[in-house]
Amino acid sequence: MNGLVPLHLLSPGTSGKVNRLIAEGNTRRRMLDLGLIRGTRVVALQKSPSGDPVAYEIRGAVIALRSEEASQILVEVLSG
Amino acid sequence: MMGESLVVALAGNPNTGKSTVFNCLTGLNQHTGNWPGKTVTNARGKYVYRQRCFTLVDLPGTYSLFANSVDEKVAQDFICSGEPEVTVVVTDATCLERNLNLVLQVMEITNNVVLCVNLLDEARRKKIQVDLPRLSRLLGIPVIGASARSGVGMTDLKEAIYRLSAGQIKTRPLQISYGPVVEKCLALLGPALAGLVDKNINSRWAALRLIDDHPGSGHGSRYLFLPRAAPEQIQAAGAQADRLLTDGALDQSTLRDHIVTCLVSQAEEVAQKVLKYERQNYNAADRKIDSILTSRIWGIPVMLLLLGVVFWITIKGANYPSQALAGGLFWIEDRLTQLCLAAGWPGWLHGVLVLGLYRTLAWVISVMLPPMAIFFPLFTLLEDLGYLPRIAFNLDNFFKKACAHGKQALTMCMGFGCNAAGVISCRIIDSPRERLIAIITNNFVPCNGRFPTLIALAVIFIVGGAGGAGQSLAATLTVLTAIVLGVIITLAISRILSQTVLKGIPSSFSLELPPYRKPQIGRIIVRSILDRTLFVLGRAIIVAAPAGVITWSFANIFIGDHSILQHGANLLAPFGHLLGLDGFILMAFILGLPANEIVLPILIMSYMSTGQMIELDNLQALKELFVANGWTWLTAVCTMLFCLNHFPCGTTLLTIKKETRSTKWTLVAFAVTTATGIILCFIVAQGARLLGLA
Repeated sequence: MNGLVPLHLLSPGTSGKVNRLIAEGNTRRRMLDLGLIRGTRVVALQKSPSGDPVAYEIRGAVIALRSEEASQILVEVLSG
Repeated sequence: MMGESLVVALAGNPNTGKSTVFNCLTGLNQHTGNWPGKTVTNARGKYVYRQRCFTLVDLPGTYSLFANSVDEKVAQDFICSGEPEVTVVVTDATCLERNLNLVLQVMEITNNVVLCVNLLDEARRKKIQVDLPRLSRLLGIPVIGASARSGVGMTDLKEAIYRLSAGQIKTRPLQISYGPVVEKCLALLGPALAGLVDKNINSRWAALRLIDDHPGSGHGSRYLFLPRAAPEQIQAAGAQADRLLTDGALDQSTLRDHIVTCLVSQAEEVAQKVLKYERQNYNAADRKIDSILTSRIWGIPVMLLLLGVVFWITIKGANYPSQALAGGLFWIEDRLTQLCLAAGWPGWLHGVLVLGLYRTLAWVISVMLPPMAIFFPLFTLLEDLGYLPRIAFNLDNFFKKACAHGKQALTMCMGFGCNAAGVISCRIIDSPRERLIAIITNNFVPCNGRFPTLIALAVIFIVGGAGGAGQSLAATLTVLTAIVLGVIITLAISRILSQTVLKGIPSSFSLELPPYRKPQIGRIIVRSILDRTLFVLGRAIIVAAPAGVITWSFANIFIGDHSILQHGANLLAPFGHLLGLDGFILMAFILGLPANEIVLPILIMSYMSTGQMIELDNLQALKELFVANGWTWLTAVCTMLFCLNHFPCGTTLLTIKKETRSTKWTLVAFAVTTATGIILCFIVAQGARLLGLA
């Protein structure tokens, strides 16, 4: 599978490469500040008890994102 | 020779141990926490090094300086003000790449930057090697390695700051290349701005902000102090830059993307050159702990269990010292009374000083000190471990459903310590709507000023003073129930607010789960006793002393047949009865407005001064006093409910006023909390009576 998927569909344990951000404005700015630029590798680590938000590893930091935000980040799924 | 003090700004991401560095340098004991939003005001501290005086300003922890939240604005404004001679950026060695983003941003603003790579001990534990000399060469600024918690590297840091400020080191900060188009614009605007910005600020950065904000407009940035005569040349340069950007197909949003992308790529490049990971999965242990503490099945039960253990230890452990303290302090009261009698003091003076002032203080100390001295270190331990962000992570979905911000869970946790601090910590929430919701609802979690009341009432009424292990367990469950109830009410009121006066959808949420840190037990004990326990107790004493005098006077100045207190209580009695309370309880809450700690002491005093005197040296005696005044289990439940849900204390109200800059929202906070308490107590009291339970 090599198409683009929104980040929130990445299952825990798998990783993806950021292709582009759909978010605009302040949310986009926040995402960029997190280091989510094109090509950045993101690992889905773990869901919270209720399934949302999900913790992701982004550039060595662990960041929790709500599905509303994660769905605005398109990634290429990386195998392995 | 000591000249005037040199200002040094301390910047850094949250969770980098910035406040620890601050404490190490200044010796000032500022409390540090392992989660965002802790440093909520610019704490200042002084130190002297080589006979030079330095003023260190601790900025809020931020990830970036692009001014999205109040915290970021505060940090950016201060660095850009030109006031600091030197800016120190503290970074976490285990998370350097992410931290470098801020370092690069600060380096763009000013040349006088020192990088402090902190938490090297943690990095060593995770087998991460940082090539500090190479980092220094690459960035062109002094780089100091440190483990601030054990004081390592602090002298080197002082030396670097000293030498930089004395001009003994010249920095050559790495310039980020923004590509041909932007660079051309900067070359146009930079020189035009050179004379207009502070000497400590780089004109290149000012130019970058100018095109980033409003290309062509010439006066878009608030960091440029443009004299009226000057803008012409800048406007010309700006217009030219505008054309260049348009030709280069860079509009407002693509330009921003472009700038940030260049920054992040640069940080990545530098990080790759200086970091060596000996272990691929250096964070494996953290992930393992997270998989339990935030797991689907165990996350929330473990959270409740941890809180439960904290309260159980507090209740169990505080019991004996509380009684011993009370015994001792009331023995002293007897001696004071004898002294007064021997000295022939008039009855009223003895009343005001011993029965009013001293007795209230004795109560406050014996009821509050032991639980606080146990609760605070335990709570600080959870904080130091990095557990609080996990609570926010676990609870976020509930907050989302309440249309509130995920970080509200963090500000709520802060409220357990002190609601005023909780209200200030709401600055970490960048959406004004959600920030207001968090501020208004912060008071629904009990602060430590209210815990002793809840614990005491739980022990004597709900549990029934049975004694033994069952008692503290049942009291723990009661307090835990109160907290869970507080959280549910917080969520419910947040939801109601966001559907009525503060309509809106939840804004973006990202929360960092920082690495777990090995706590330093000794430091925790010292810090939590000094900074929190004694601070809170001191405040309580300051407020309780005059309140004791006033309450005693109210209880002993008679108008007609009744004391002032009794008149007030009689007036409030019918209303109190509706809520399952009585007039004296309502009076105590009203007189206790300055601080929640003194509600119970005031209540005790009002009962004692109107009824017969009893020797109050243990909780059983307290129960007898309350029962003699008509208390039932329902009174206790309603008092606990009202304790949980009533107007914020004076300090918190003032803080809300200051934070919202609005009398209206302060009144809303007052009204919402009080109305919630009244409604809940009314339902419970009337319900219980209807069902014939009480």
